[in-house]
Amino acid sequence: MKVLIMGCGRVGARVATLLEDAGHQVTVMDMNPAAFKRLPPTFRGVTRVGNGMDGPALEKAGVQDAGAFYALTQGDNRNYFASQMAREVYGVKRVICRVYDPEREAIYREMGLETFSPTIVGAQVMVDMLLGPKGS
Amino acid sequence: MYIIVAGGGKVGFHLAQELIEANNEVLVLERDEGRANAISDELGDVVMRGDSCEVTVLDAAGVSRADLVAAVTGDDEDNLVICEIARSRGVPRTIARINNPKNEMLFKKRGIETTISATHAVLSQIEQELPVTHHMIPLLQLASGLELVEFKLPERSPAVGRSVREVLLPPESLIALIVDPGGVPRIPGGDTRLHAGDALVVVTRHDSQELLREALIGTTHGLDT
Repeated sequence: MKVLIMGCGRVGARVATLLEDAGHQVTVMDMNPAAFKRLPPTFRGVTRVGNGMDGPALEKAGVQDAGAFYALTQGDNRNYFASQMAREVYGVKRVICRVYDPEREAIYREMGLETFSPTIVGAQVMVDMLLGPKGS
Repeated sequence: MYIIVAGGGKVGFHLAQELIEANNEVLVLERDEGRANAISDELGDVVMRGDSCEVTVLDAAGVSRADLVAAVTGDDEDNLVICEIARSRGVPRTIARINNPKNEMLFKKRGIETTISATHAVLSQIEQELPVTHHMIPLLQLASGLELVEFKLPERSPAVGRSVREVLLPPESLIALIVDPGGVPRIPGGDTRLHAGDALVVVTRHDSQELLREALIGTTHGLDT
């Protein structure tokens, strides 16, 4: 599958690497070309400098052929905006959006996105580390 | 009507002022303390400080009983999210200001009504009432992505005294109409000469506005917007 990732931070770079290892064709976008240094030297996918909220930049990165899109910038609202561009304008089937704010996550999900909140998941994991997993 | 105006910049302020004058119940949400204080000095107790992208802030503002939410911050992604939160809370009508005309399609797809790309139109209307000379007034956005902009030629304009043919316009730009200071409209030809005080209605691309401003008004920055 062709996968487009917006945001080449630590998480973006790692998601890109894992997906590539799983045999997928990965393109990573970031506004800052230096961000691509986070990718391992073995990365064979495509890197594109550009803003994922910008239609032409998304097109250059091949959004129209992507089977999946990840929005992994630091901004919840930017991630939402880019995700909806990918889904509504370019018809990408799977759109996964990172949202730090748990309140916003619920709303983004209502609006049809697949969301992931590191705040919720991370907090739960850390509590479980101390108290043991839920139900045990 | 109860109307929440998200964003207390220039657009938000003037919008709130007009809505209050029209006897609406208005609440302006503004993140910046100084800005919030300035608005309440002018308009009274109609401001709440907070980030209007935060669900808790909108809830505290009573968003669920609002008849209308106008998201007029300077960031399109924030305006989109504000409208989405408002809709998820049952607000029947949301209006977003679009700062980048290219984004209009997404707002339409999301069903966010009456996307005022009219930052332009609203602002220009508002600004026409201010005692400042405005030489460049955005008029209308066309579906093609082109825009209509009005330029009033000042004395110092590099275009004054030249014919239409001699003025170097950016690509995809065209002088469609000239209204002379007496209010008489003409469709210009290549030989039509331009005079100070002429109002030109120009078809152009949004990206070309700075180049057009240089060609038709001159390069003095900061004097007039």
